[in-house]
Amino acid sequence: MTTPETHDKIPVTVLTGYLGAGKTTLLNRILSEPHGKKFAVIVNEFGEVGIDNELVVNADEEVFEMNNGCICCTVRGDLVRIIDGLMRRKGKFDAIIVETTGLADPAPVAQTFFMDEQVGARTKLDAVVTVADALWLKDRLKDAPEAKNQIAFADVILINKTDLVEPDALRELEARIRALNPYARLHRTERAKIALDEVLGRNAFDLDRILDIEPAFLETDEHDHDHDHHHDHSHHHHGAHDHHHGGGLKHYHDEEMQSVSLRTDKPLNPDKFFPWVQDLVAVEGPNILRCKGILSFKDDPERFVFQGVHMILDGDHQRAWGADEKRESRVVFIGRNLPEEKIRQGFESCMA
Amino acid sequence: MSDLTAPLPSLAARVRPLDAGETVVGVHFFKSVPVFVLGEEALLFAPRDEETSRIAVHGGGILASASDGARIVSGGDDGKLIETGTDGTHRELAADDKRRWIDQVALAPDGSVAWSAGKIAHVLTKKGEDRTFEAPSTVAGLAFAPKGLRLAIAHYNGVTLWFPNAPGTAPQRFEWKGSHLSVTFSPDGRFIVTTMQEPTLHGWRITDGQHMRMSGYSARVRSLSWSAGGDFLATSGSEQLILWPFDGKNGPMGRQPEMLARGEARVAVVACHPSQPVAALGTADGAVLLVRIDSGALIEVRAADGTSVSALGWDAIGQTLAFGMESGAAGVLVF
Repeated sequence: MTTPETHDKIPVTVLTGYLGAGKTTLLNRILSEPHGKKFAVIVNEFGEVGIDNELVVNADEEVFEMNNGCICCTVRGDLVRIIDGLMRRKGKFDAIIVETTGLADPAPVAQTFFMDEQVGARTKLDAVVTVADALWLKDRLKDAPEAKNQIAFADVILINKTDLVEPDALRELEARIRALNPYARLHRTERAKIALDEVLGRNAFDLDRILDIEPAFLETDEHDHDHDHHHDHSHHHHGAHDHHHGGGLKHYHDEEMQSVSLRTDKPLNPDKFFPWVQDLVAVEGPNILRCKGILSFKDDPERFVFQGVHMILDGDHQRAWGADEKRESRVVFIGRNLPEEKIRQGFESCMA
Repeated sequence: MSDLTAPLPSLAARVRPLDAGETVVGVHFFKSVPVFVLGEEALLFAPRDEETSRIAVHGGGILASASDGARIVSGGDDGKLIETGTDGTHRELAADDKRRWIDQVALAPDGSVAWSAGKIAHVLTKKGEDRTFEAPSTVAGLAFAPKGLRLAIAHYNGVTLWFPNAPGTAPQRFEWKGSHLSVTFSPDGRFIVTTMQEPTLHGWRITDGQHMRMSGYSARVRSLSWSAGGDFLATSGSEQLILWPFDGKNGPMGRQPEMLARGEARVAVVACHPSQPVAALGTADGAVLLVRIDSGALIEVRAADGTSVSALGWDAIGQTLAFGMESGAAGVLVF
């Protein structure tokens, strides 16, 4: 099967966030900055505020099941149709932004780009960007499953309206977000003010960028159960957004949604790992929102990287391990009610 | 089977090449004059031995079009439904009140026009009345029955048959789980067939709702064409031309499709000859071929060059074949 090179594909950014968090503010900011880029914007039919852009399409957010109703095979039918139509006007825009309603589940949006061949051949999912309300997210995480989904699914999270909360409350909120999603890039913003390259051109679904975009990817935390790795309280991660000062960070554990991080410096056996991970997503796929991993296989000079959305897995050899590089396999699953012990034992059994 | 390693007989030297300048999304004919529907704004008339003329009819992308040989009716992302006559004059037939995309258009044998925006299907009757029907989800396909005023509306989880001139008659629902896209009636009016989001077709026998599943494709089917006399439904979506038999009482039920013109690239568009057992097909890598449905013999009309064929059509008497490409190239072959 031949698909055009990635760089020919139109990047698509998905903006999610609960009602009133500031999605439209971010969208209008993106559109009004003097970047010289042209966007096609797909907004939901109940969009609150006017969007100042030439190419705006209203979407109905129709979630369609494929293949006899498997949740992992749901796609957004309206996006399939709209992207088909937009591609007739190729050349009129450089990128597409999809703004979802506050109640939308990001998974069918993301899956559309993997499940529909025509859409996948012409466009590529760049990143899921979630705008969170610094003041209200804590409450929404308790009473709105949609809000939790959007945080857990995100590649980039803007904690917006930070001017409305105290620094302590903000740190607590960040810890809660980290409990749900250990690898998203977190940004604190006011009125959704952010450098555009932090939300656009992220290539978050590009296997090659799995590490580049997440320097903190799978850095261990105090919650790490991996006994191969000693506890390290002097966190050296998060770059410009280091907020784990003083080691006094509380840990939050969400009853429903968690991430399971695995790591080992023992080489893995690919003949054991692939059947295991495929079986895992086949069984737990409906509960697994996202997964990512970097793998060191026995007698394999190259790093293997993979990422997934529900049951859809995408993986490839990335590059040779560096001479001084620590050969370590790291995997994370984010999902609902994940059987953590079973996953850990399964992973253990994949060692070569 | 023909030997695929031997060069095919070719008519490529007889094709009149044209530059449409942008993606061609459809082609219709006014007598022998091909009219290409362009992805953006315009129709391109290509009369024989004359310069082409480009006529802007929409203020944006053209999403759907249909023709009865006397006019072309098109819907656009400007929310307008435009009728263009043989001399290129055009007028607005209807407009969506919210300027939503008009992405489905169909013409009835009696001259009525169907169009849709979102969930609302409209029929503009010959008398100029606007009748509407709200589908359970966005209308993804429209097709009129070959006789009488019956409109098939494809949507999520099935097809609705609607009788726009008989308000007292309840619409007839044909259900099958999943997202149905385009829809077509068999020329004898006995079957309806949809393309689905999955790489499969679904069909129903109208009299008893008997289901037909037609699967085995490598990609979503995007192009359908009935062979002369309606014996076969030719389809894209595979690395060969798939022809489902509809000649018997039960249609394709329990039967295998004919598979012709096996190649490397996927078939992207199909168009059957109006009177001969011949199908034209265009591939995703740019080849245009003619296939004899009875023998499988192939003739090349255009050699592959890597860019997909996106439109293909015959004039009503089967003397002229026209094709258009995603790249904006186009060609006309007169037999």
